[in-house]
Amino acid sequence: MHIYLQPNGFLNKLLQMRRDIFQAIADPTRRAIIALIALQAMTPNAIAENFNTTRQAVSKHLRILTECELVKQESHGREIYYSLEIEKMKEIDKWLEQYRKIWESRFTQLDELLLNIKKQKK
Amino acid sequence: MSTNSELDFTVDKAAKTVIIKREFDADLSLVWDAFTKAELLDQWLPPKPMTAKTKYQDFKVGGKRFYAMITPEGKELWAIQEYTSITPKTNFKMYNAFADKDENPELPGSEWDHTFSEHDGTTEVNITIYNESLERLERILDGFTKGMKMSLSNLENLLATLSKK
Repeated sequence: MHIYLQPNGFLNKLLQMRRDIFQAIADPTRRAIIALIALQAMTPNAIAENFNTTRQAVSKHLRILTECELVKQESHGREIYYSLEIEKMKEIDKWLEQYRKIWESRFTQLDELLLNIKKQKK
Repeated sequence: MSTNSELDFTVDKAAKTVIIKREFDADLSLVWDAFTKAELLDQWLPPKPMTAKTKYQDFKVGGKRFYAMITPEGKELWAIQEYTSITPKTNFKMYNAFADKDENPELPGSEWDHTFSEHDGTTEVNITIYNESLERLERILDGFTKGMKMSLSNLENLLATLSKK
């Protein structure tokens, strides 16, 4: 049996992944971290300097962002640099695009309904 | 008639708000009815292949609409809308929350604000939807696409069963 035919395996992964992304951006500090490292790769210390919070708190946010695969780590010498996974951020836009499409299709339905009502009135 | 009305759709993630603007080629009172009368809402609001049914509606401040979106498989996704402000043919606000079939709401919900204005026989509608959490915003979409996902998951199961033979 092929791995991609396992019941629900692929779909569950897909759904789980999307949920994680939204958990990641639901927090204002994590959104600020994303905005920071979108500009350049940064070390945890450099990131922490921008917040009135502990280094541990920033590390926790970075861990969540890493788990959601929104950020990636790269080692340069003894330092670890965090940078943004642009492709993953695009997932969010894709998701929002779906939401937009739903509104487009329901408004097209409304156009048809309005037209039918106007015809009946005549 | 013009059929190429542009949909204005923006998501302000920081403000947790979705802003929607659209013009309709119909007069104000007709568009107002389409957004406020359950028998009309049920006809256009559910994105195909979903359908909708309203159990009851009481369109007044403090009144509610209790309705369900129904997936092609027949699963009912219930929601309650409570009207919090109504200015006839101009504006209405409501609080929307998912619910179970016994009308128990799942909080938090979202705040909806609709504004209507007419220009030369066309009616502009502005909607803002404020969500407590982006996660919840995601669940709204999930509800709409559940029908499709279930079909896909049925197909996956079917393929898995067949491949075992």
